[in-house]
Amino acid sequence: MNHDPREVVALRHISKTFDGVRALHDVDLTVCRGEVHGLLGENGSGKTTLIKVLAGFHAPDAGGELEINGRPVPLPLWPGQFRRLGMSFVHQDLGLVPSLSVTENLLVGDMASRRSWRLSWARERRRTTEILTSFGLELDPCAKVSDLRTTDRALLAIVRAVGEIRMNTAGDESAYGLLVLDEPTVFLPTSDRDQLFSIVREIAARRASVLFVSHNLDEVLEITDRVTVLRDGEVRGTIDTAEASNEVLVEMIIGRKLPTNSIARAQTEAGKEISVDGLTGGSARDVSLKFRAAEVVGLTGLVGSGFEEIPYCVFGARAAAAGRLEMDGRTFDLRGMIPSRALEAGVALIPADRQHDGSVGSLSVGDNITLPVLDRYRSPLGLNRRRMRSDARKLLEQFDVRPPDPRFRYQSLSGGNQQKAMLAKWLQTKPSLLLLHEPTQGVDVGARQQIFQLMREAAANGTAVVCMSTDYEQLAAVCDRVVVFGRGRVARELTGGEITEERIAEQCYRFAEEHSGSHLDASGARR
Amino acid sequence: MSAGAAALGQRQRGTSVAQFVERFALVGAWIALVVVFSVLKPDTFATSSNFAAILGSQAVLVVVTCALLIPLTAGDYDLSITGVLTLSQMIIGILNTRHDIPVYLCVALALLMGALVGLINGAFVVVLGIDSFIVTLGTGTFLGGVVLWISNSETFAGISSQLTRPVVVDRFLGVPLAFYYGLAVVIAVWYFLEYTSLGRQLLFVGRSRSVARLTGLRVGRLRWGALVASGVISAAAGVLYAGITGAADPVSGAEFLLPAFAAAFLGATSIVPGRFNPWGSFIAVYFLVTGITGLTLFGIESWVHDMFYGGALVFAVTISQIARHREEHQTSVPDS
Ligand SMILES: Nc1ncnc2c1ncn2[C@@H]1O[C@H](COP(=O)(O)OP(=O)(O)OP(=O)(O)O)[C@@H](O)[C@H]1O
Ligand SMILES: [Mg+2]
Repeated sequence: MNHDPREVVALRHISKTFDGVRALHDVDLTVCRGEVHGLLGENGSGKTTLIKVLAGFHAPDAGGELEINGRPVPLPLWPGQFRRLGMSFVHQDLGLVPSLSVTENLLVGDMASRRSWRLSWARERRRTTEILTSFGLELDPCAKVSDLRTTDRALLAIVRAVGEIRMNTAGDESAYGLLVLDEPTVFLPTSDRDQLFSIVREIAARRASVLFVSHNLDEVLEITDRVTVLRDGEVRGTIDTAEASNEVLVEMIIGRKLPTNSIARAQTEAGKEISVDGLTGGSARDVSLKFRAAEVVGLTGLVGSGFEEIPYCVFGARAAAAGRLEMDGRTFDLRGMIPSRALEAGVALIPADRQHDGSVGSLSVGDNITLPVLDRYRSPLGLNRRRMRSDARKLLEQFDVRPPDPRFRYQSLSGGNQQKAMLAKWLQTKPSLLLLHEPTQGVDVGARQQIFQLMREAAANGTAVVCMSTDYEQLAAVCDRVVVFGRGRVARELTGGEITEERIAEQCYRFAEEHSGSHLDASGARR
Repeated sequence: MSAGAAALGQRQRGTSVAQFVERFALVGAWIALVVVFSVLKPDTFATSSNFAAILGSQAVLVVVTCALLIPLTAGDYDLSITGVLTLSQMIIGILNTRHDIPVYLCVALALLMGALVGLINGAFVVVLGIDSFIVTLGTGTFLGGVVLWISNSETFAGISSQLTRPVVVDRFLGVPLAFYYGLAVVIAVWYFLEYTSLGRQLLFVGRSRSVARLTGLRVGRLRWGALVASGVISAAAGVLYAGITGAADPVSGAEFLLPAFAAAFLGATSIVPGRFNPWGSFIAVYFLVTGITGLTLFGIESWVHDMFYGGALVFAVTISQIARHREEHQTSVPDS
């Protein structure tokens, strides 16, 4: 690779300590002109912290240096300075305010930098629609962000950042900008991911460099020019992607090789049956499914094909228009299902949007994960706090949540560790039916393997495990049976030797011709 | 296909009806009250002098509520608003009646005092990171003490007509000018919150500090500024109060605190539901006072006031919640 030697962003000797805990230690990172630079590392290795230093959110410890386009910039940056320096961000938690509208969220950067004493909301809404449609995205500008689908929320954050970088770097040809993407792809279906990548390439070719964070190594190999790997807050190395391979990266990230033996699959003995009949809800139409104890079933399809509705309707988190659930000899009408009844019947749901749906950020990790099992700790003298804490610690260790400290504030865990804590929370209840929606979203390669293992173990202990995912590789790795959805109905069931990544992907596309698919239009990339 | 589209249209219609009900329930309730009392008491309630009295009497509450709305939008409480109000009124009372200092200077000093209190509140809240509820509860109580100290618990009557004339004596369309000052503050605060980027920044800060910071907003400064603004506007409410009563007494100002919060929260259920907004609060203030005035005309005891206040608050919030539930239920009906 021959990059322009001029560095766009150079970070040197960056350290960051949170209350005595070291999140970053003497990190150096340089991003060159026109490159897509990958930032990799395990959950909790400090990627997001580094990015938030660039955003002026965290003040790094003394001694760090920052150069942008060759000019030194004193740290810490003040809030909003990143904009003048030509940077824009898609943060890991997206950085949207759910209770405000699409327009407000899209244009907040504008409002932060430009003093206006005469806002015209009609004009701003028109502008919003223009921006959104230039990316092929159709959203109501007045809709509240909390009412959007998760995918649309992610797209909104991406459109906002890309729009800003285009605006910031439109005038000055000498200064390069930097677009920072912290795990932008976790909420995106494949088609949108491809479009995002074409935008990323276009940006890297013309106006700005890109810093790209992801746990998906295939993506990293596909899109990046160089990668820097962090481990425990230190830089393990920076290499050209051309010289890297999956194995090399894995070893740099987790410091060892991944065990190559594939996940052991128990013989599927015909366990107790759980059946869902005639479920209609959201885009799902009259779906009937059978799950068996000791079996891992995958549900998949393209976005909008209806498979994602199933867990929420079964759990009662979303209203179903019709449908029945039969388990343990009991029949539940899904029209009137509510989560508390589902839990009591032994159904557990791990939603995809764990941040908003699954936890209370301001409470401790311990309080969060012991919530569903509080009954266990009831004693005549109130709750047995001591035992709660020690059990919680054991659980966190078992699930490799870092740090495994129940008193740690949930919000302060890294994104991937929050996911692991949520898994721990629900798996400990030993449900008879476990519904997982994108269970490995945002977790690192090592933890991904562990989660597969945990799903298999849960199945071996007699749980019917159902995994909703568009990650075909994951489905191929853990499932005994994969049900492919197309246009709201069950289209195909794959078993045994048919379960391969390619075959699942092929089936998904086959039954979804009519779905328009991509949202981030390539035409938005060329303007 | 067409069935789906029809269902979609219906859903949206249902939604907008629910939204309309939610937005204007309070306005409707107010109009209903006016109509009912006018029919029942045509010769005492439905008189122009009574309407003028209703409108003129609440200017102070309207202004002090507007003051409160600004920090509330930024996610902070300000419980010192009535402390500032009373002190501002007392500054005018003492300086004008005892020391013969001209009114305009007294007013300037009072406003300055409001800004100062806001600065001090902000310093504790932003620099030291102490919860705004506690800080402003403290400063509010402290100011109450200061008022008792400097006034010696006395009432100072006889404030110059230079202040009382432009506030209550002069009228426009039969209504004291105080009402129009209140209206002007409502319009100004509404414009600020709705049509300036600064107002939108405050809203973001109030909804999520961390998102606001990541977006590059100066969260600390904005919160600080909001507290200063509420100090100044509360002091202005004190000026108005001094003008309306023509006197300064050390205790009655404190009674505005709960009504101001009630009006702020009640207002947040209408006009722009889910957001603190001046028009909603304006309607809320006049809804409440209309009810109370009407009941008083029936010769009902004063404890009914409190019951009306409390009951109306819960009732109005309930109505708008029901409307919202409807809406959510309708949007959750499957369709795609
Ligand atoms: N506000 C905070 N207070 C205390 N500790 C924090 C805070 N924010 C992050 N940490 C800690 O810093 C470390 C690095 O976290 P960071 O979010 O940067 O990880 P990450 O590499 O982005 O991980 P992931 O891939 O899971 O997103 C973690 O151990 C985390 O617990
Ligand atoms: Mg992260």
